[in-house]
Amino acid sequence: MGLGDAFSGVDLVEVEGLLTEEERMVRDTVREFVTGEVLPGIERHFREGTFPLHLVRPMADLGMLGANLEGYGCAGLGNVAYGLINQEIERGDSGLRSFVSVQSSLVMYPIHAYGSEEQKDRWLPALRAGEAIGCFGLTEPDHGSDPGGMETRAVRRGDRWILNGAKAWITNGSIADVAVVWARTDEGVRGFLVERGTPGFTTRNHEGKFSLRASVTSELALQDVELPASAMLPGAAGLRAPLSCLTQARYGIAWGTIGLAMAVFDEALGYAKTRTQFGRPIASFQLQQRKLTWMATEITKSQLLNLQVGRLKDAGKATYVQVSMAKMNGCRVARECARFAREMLGANGISDEYQTGRHFCNVEAVLTYEGTDDIHTLIVGESLTGLPAFS
Amino acid sequence: MKILVGIKHVPDTEARIKVASDGLRVDETGIKWIVSPFDEYALEEALRIREARGGEVVVVAAGRPEAQASLRQGLAMGADRAVLVEEEAYDRADGLARARALAAVAKAESPELILLGKYGVGADEGQTGPMLGELLDLPHAAAVTSLALGEGTFKARREIEGATEVLEGSLPAVVTCEKGLNEPRYASLKGIMAAKKKPLDVRKPEDLGLDPKDLREGSRVVWEALESPPPRGAGKVLKGEAADAARDLARLLREEAKVI
Repeated sequence: MGLGDAFSGVDLVEVEGLLTEEERMVRDTVREFVTGEVLPGIERHFREGTFPLHLVRPMADLGMLGANLEGYGCAGLGNVAYGLINQEIERGDSGLRSFVSVQSSLVMYPIHAYGSEEQKDRWLPALRAGEAIGCFGLTEPDHGSDPGGMETRAVRRGDRWILNGAKAWITNGSIADVAVVWARTDEGVRGFLVERGTPGFTTRNHEGKFSLRASVTSELALQDVELPASAMLPGAAGLRAPLSCLTQARYGIAWGTIGLAMAVFDEALGYAKTRTQFGRPIASFQLQQRKLTWMATEITKSQLLNLQVGRLKDAGKATYVQVSMAKMNGCRVARECARFAREMLGANGISDEYQTGRHFCNVEAVLTYEGTDDIHTLIVGESLTGLPAFS
Repeated sequence: MKILVGIKHVPDTEARIKVASDGLRVDETGIKWIVSPFDEYALEEALRIREARGGEVVVVAAGRPEAQASLRQGLAMGADRAVLVEEEAYDRADGLARARALAAVAKAESPELILLGKYGVGADEGQTGPMLGELLDLPHAAAVTSLALGEGTFKARREIEGATEVLEGSLPAVVTCEKGLNEPRYASLKGIMAAKKKPLDVRKPEDLGLDPKDLREGSRVVWEALESPPPRGAGKVLKGEAADAARDLARLLREEAKVI
């Protein structure tokens, strides 16, 4: 059950009617791709802890990488369509969505927004086509929620930069051809494009993950890495630049998590209707109906929140606070839905013959990365009260 | 080479079909509409021929205004432009009315090849393709699983019981497509963006010299009623030794099911 079955989404208040024809087509195309190409093999990748590298080119051919950027062969989609791509991919797997988020929002976006013409011409077409993979190095072993504590340093030596430091929990780290590495300099935080194979630049994978197993997560080590001046992103000065990338990625995650919630809801609903106990389907029991109703209601509210933030983003009016609220909300809803669904599936909920267990594990990483639930809570809290609870 | 591809706008094959209260129509609540899957093989084949030889792919449908969505999907997959012969009554039209509409467009367009699915899913009649061939007085091959083009000629294969039939003919021709001909591509996101800028020409049957009466009182087929198939009863499991079970099975097939 589950794998490859028709998935028609969850839509209880005709959200469908709020989408343009083009947005619906984008969603349906990615939905079909996930059903046909992602779901059939994803459990094996999760079980074996491998990234489905063979899906990168097909995703690129569809135009999913950097889909909301203009030029360089990118699809130039609006933000709602971009959100729907994330929603549908994460219906497949959070690890694959992480790949798309990182490639699009954390690598292509900063190069597009802050890179030189030469950097853009060199990397954007290759990243869009899936011929090159990127990663984003901001988090450090000792600095997660507080990137301002960054220890990685870049020092100017003549017309060269010398980088030293370490990054941790970096999605795509060891498979990346280019890393966007953020480092402290005398002129504030700057971003650098570090290519695979640069002397002194090494990666090592985080092993033993129980979440995002179908995704590569690595440490980056930089030891006297010497870069030409042209490796620095000229337009990115200060912590503001990497944070703007995170706002892009978080926006996609807000949608992605609801795709996860829709996947587990769909599986739990199907299961409850066919699983018989005490002589009748468990869906007929009030306790199960309560769980399903809670899930459907929260999914519906979240769809509307995401959609509105997307429309604001298209109008250039979305704020990072709204994106924080949507990311925080999406992760919470997805986590609760995964918990309810896992409960409803009983023992089957801990077996990878069903999708729910995998989503249940994945959502823990998604809740934590790109700003933890706590941090987003405090971003919204600061906005409401005018009083920062951290920094 | 100019290729015309016929597209039918049909309810999703995954949709749960219910008969509407009038007993004649499908209840459209919550039903998603798609390009008939066999037409996707036709379009994919056309796109591949264009990629190899150059030319133009025109998707055409005879349908309700809603059929524009399926034509847009065809444009998103890569067709160059679209023509809709728009009339509400095509929803209940017979194969001949549909073939006449496509023939009228074909006469105006003069394509070198016309590709369609072997039938539109749902009605499953498979009439439109052969009728179109007859109306245009062109060679036609139905339900092909391979198609090769020469200079002004085509060679197609079709699966028949226990054998493969090989058909050769001259172009222009009408060919209907069977599963296995190719693997249709996904519409790319860029293609979806490009589709809204491609021309979609909406024509009325009258504009093409068609008689609107063919769609109503002149229709050769009248839809009397639509019924859901009876629900399937529970299966029967024969227990015991294999030899006994086989004997029972043969007896039941002969006496109860009356199929042998």
